[in-house]
Amino acid sequence: MTFRIGPRTSQIIAYIILLLMTIITIIVLFFIIGYVFKNGFAQLSLEFLFDKTREMGKEGGILPSIIGTLFVTVLAVIIATPLGVGSAVYLVEYTGGGLLRRIISFGADCLAGVPSIIFGLFGFIFFVIQLKLGWSILSGSLTLAVMIIPTIIRTSEEAIKAVPLSYREISYSLGGGKLDTIWKVVLPTSLPGILTGVILGIGRAIGETAAVIFTAGSSLGMPTSVFSSTRTLAVHFYILAREGISMEKAYGTATVLIIIILFVNFVAYRLMHRFMERYY
Amino acid sequence: MKDKIAEKLLLFIAFSAIGSLLLITFFIFQQGIPLIFKIGLSNFFSMHWSPTRGQFGILSMIIGSLMVTVGALIVGIPFGLACAIYLAEFSSKMVQKTLKPIIELLAGIPSVVYGFIGIVILVPFIRTHFGGPGFSVLASSIILGIMILPTIVSISYDSLVAVPNTYREGSYALGATKWQTVVKLLIPAARSGIVAGIILGMGRAIGETMAVIMVAGNALKIPHSILDSVRTLTSTIALELGYATGDHRAALFACGAFLFIIITILNIIAIRVTGHRE
Repeated sequence: MTFRIGPRTSQIIAYIILLLMTIITIIVLFFIIGYVFKNGFAQLSLEFLFDKTREMGKEGGILPSIIGTLFVTVLAVIIATPLGVGSAVYLVEYTGGGLLRRIISFGADCLAGVPSIIFGLFGFIFFVIQLKLGWSILSGSLTLAVMIIPTIIRTSEEAIKAVPLSYREISYSLGGGKLDTIWKVVLPTSLPGILTGVILGIGRAIGETAAVIFTAGSSLGMPTSVFSSTRTLAVHFYILAREGISMEKAYGTATVLIIIILFVNFVAYRLMHRFMERYY
Repeated sequence: MKDKIAEKLLLFIAFSAIGSLLLITFFIFQQGIPLIFKIGLSNFFSMHWSPTRGQFGILSMIIGSLMVTVGALIVGIPFGLACAIYLAEFSSKMVQKTLKPIIELLAGIPSVVYGFIGIVILVPFIRTHFGGPGFSVLASSIILGIMILPTIVSISYDSLVAVPNTYREGSYALGATKWQTVVKLLIPAARSGIVAGIILGMGRAIGETMAVIMVAGNALKIPHSILDSVRTLTSTIALELGYATGDHRAALFACGAFLFIIITILNIIAIRVTGHRE
């Protein structure tokens, strides 16, 4: 007599296995964040956040890294936003499908899949060496800008596509030109969606290590201009942890990094959610 | 007139992504490829990496990258698919709305944090319970497996949800259970999306650098077991770029060029399989 599991039983077994695996995944996520927070919160203090870094990070705080991260990220976004949004506008408003559109989309999709170490190599040879910008905030942010352009293009493209055609038609019927329509109707309407892309780009830039360490360097001094080398939070955390300089400070830095990134992603998610509710 | 100028300007801007891609390709190849011709393909694809003696063989690193990538897929695919199927077919709207963003949050956590968790938890755990140095193929595979989960979950989930409801209704009407419907109907129907998710996850695993450096041990030899230390292409680039000069630096760019070709092929397959987003 052969033993056979009936369809009802196999359904129940499958359900239990799927549920368990999903629960394990969620637990792993919470465990990673929880473990860092549990060890890191004790390190947080005003002194840690607003003091200079001393003895390679063994003592003192992380202020230079916070400021460095801020400079690199803001500059990267300032460079990448016009390029990303401009590309998206062109894709949706000016190309009616066809080869040109396919080439541009293909470029964005491929660029999105390039690993960060390749951006690091490229930034190092192009910005740092060929353009003689040295290890600097400027080199780091130019490299990051190239990296986040696809994120901004993709999100903005979706947002601009979601603007109802009737909005554009009304603008034209009132005598608005194409540029006026884009500037005064399409962009303001799709702004929350575009902002989501920009914020996701910010999140990616803040957490990046491989692309930044070879372009912005790892100097611990307080940055004075865009030509100063700097050590971003992610790079500082990497060096603290990998070289075993100070585990306490590593936990503290990781906690700050994760809090910033969770906050940034949460804001992006809320914005997107609101935007989608309005137009989909 | 203003409209014409704007259109030209926007066209120029629209080429920023593809232009950057070409610029990256040009510089990585220009720096790396001449060295491959100089030392010969057989040297480049040999086992010996000893920059001080002019030996730049990357075969052991290719094998290293391959091992951790396969390991990551073994960890990531079952969990990724299970989450996607559970969320898409077996859970309520409420659960979907809560869990999907939470899993997507995983994608936002910086790779150095995963590497750090690897150092402080996973590596000591493997060392005490399974032996070996702890820094190993196993540790890298688990960390990378977790890192590629969100990619696999979100793309598979989206393609499962996109299967028309009439499929499900037809299957239930014939008396099939939910699980039978998933296995016989929904997974085959969503196949291309699932495959694309896996390929993109694979690309992410091959290209990941910082997390792998932190947990792989980076010894320059082919691992004999999953508990041995391993060195990947990406970690070689990141570990040595800081001080490399001359031919050595060129060799690192050649590694980058090789990596770039592999990943671009994977990307193109993924884009093809999904037929893009239109």
